[in-house]
Amino acid sequence: MSTTKLNRSDVLNKLMEVRGNALAIAGLGSPVWDLAASDHQPENFYNWGGMGCAVSMGLGCALAQPKRNVWVITGDGEALMGVGSFATVANQRPDNLVIIILDNEHYGETGMQKTHTSGGTDLAAMAAGAGIPTTMTVYTDEDLNKLINALSSSPLPLVANIKVENTKPKLVLPSRDGVYIKTRFRQAVLGSTAAMHIT
Amino acid sequence: MAEPWTAAAHRLFKKHNIRTVGYVPDAGLTELIKSCDADNDIKSVVMTTEEEGIGLSSGAWLGGEKAAVLMQSSGVGNTVNAIASIVSSCQFPLFMIVTMRGQYGESNPWQMPMGQAVVPVLKSLGMHVFEVETDEEATEAIEAGLKMAFVSNAAVAILIGQKLIGAKSFIADVAEEVINVDN
Repeated sequence: MSTTKLNRSDVLNKLMEVRGNALAIAGLGSPVWDLAASDHQPENFYNWGGMGCAVSMGLGCALAQPKRNVWVITGDGEALMGVGSFATVANQRPDNLVIIILDNEHYGETGMQKTHTSGGTDLAAMAAGAGIPTTMTVYTDEDLNKLINALSSSPLPLVANIKVENTKPKLVLPSRDGVYIKTRFRQAVLGSTAAMHIT
Repeated sequence: MAEPWTAAAHRLFKKHNIRTVGYVPDAGLTELIKSCDADNDIKSVVMTTEEEGIGLSSGAWLGGEKAAVLMQSSGVGNTVNAIASIVSSCQFPLFMIVTMRGQYGESNPWQMPMGQAVVPVLKSLGMHVFEVETDEEATEAIEAGLKMAFVSNAAVAILIGQKLIGAKSFIADVAEEVINVDN
């Protein structure tokens, strides 16, 4: 196994270049700042809480928007907390859902304590065991290119666990107002009228 | 004879355009789950834990659709932080049907504590809680709750009482043979 680790902001910048019109849901913690830094836009939903729910939220959104791709961008600690959702996603098999885990092997927001992935837990293997059709661990730039290729050529759903350096990202903070973030997202996706009026 | 509440729930899901139903099974939910599974217009999602239902429902709303979440009362305990942190913070609509254990006629003592905690826990989260004990009450509350959730961005739980669904027959009541150890 390689010990190489990628820089999280380089990774996300590169992935956002091929995001296309995918909707993005960021899991609690550093992935929120990462996504805001790389590609801040109304079609991003930023979770400032609710640890463990990013993947199930991505699933709900992917099922509701089958014509759009939905990318969940989250961390190893957040993914571990909701790891059963891999099985739920695999059972539903949404062909528009991508789950990208920026795995720094630490709880970045709480004092950099080690997560289980530092002790041998393999999130890509857990996703594969859950039945996710395309899974991979990304260590190098070459692996990252393979992921980018897989995004358009491999069956979805896909889980990519990307090993990144344990560095504090710069804090690029989106609004903390959950109602605003939710409404902005719905307006962007559904159009203003549909977002504001119930059918 | 009144329409069974499970049939009414499915009918009202259709009327109110519920497109995703997430559930962790319970005996009392069997008929409703069957009708959702068999309905091509409803995405029926079996979940590993009830907490997923909160993410699922909120994600569906982000994508412009309505979801309902079904669970047994013990599962309410698994949803607490997700309801507080996601649903309350963002004012997401939430519609849950909870079939009760630990109530009228319960025969498993381990069900009692969480069953008793459901109402105060959900109320402490600011949820609207409707306890029902007849098919008619359930149907009315489901219709009212669906409106409140999706028109008024409310978080609503319909608690189906054990008096209505019937106390689950403990395995010892129906098994062909029972052998007691720990005597």
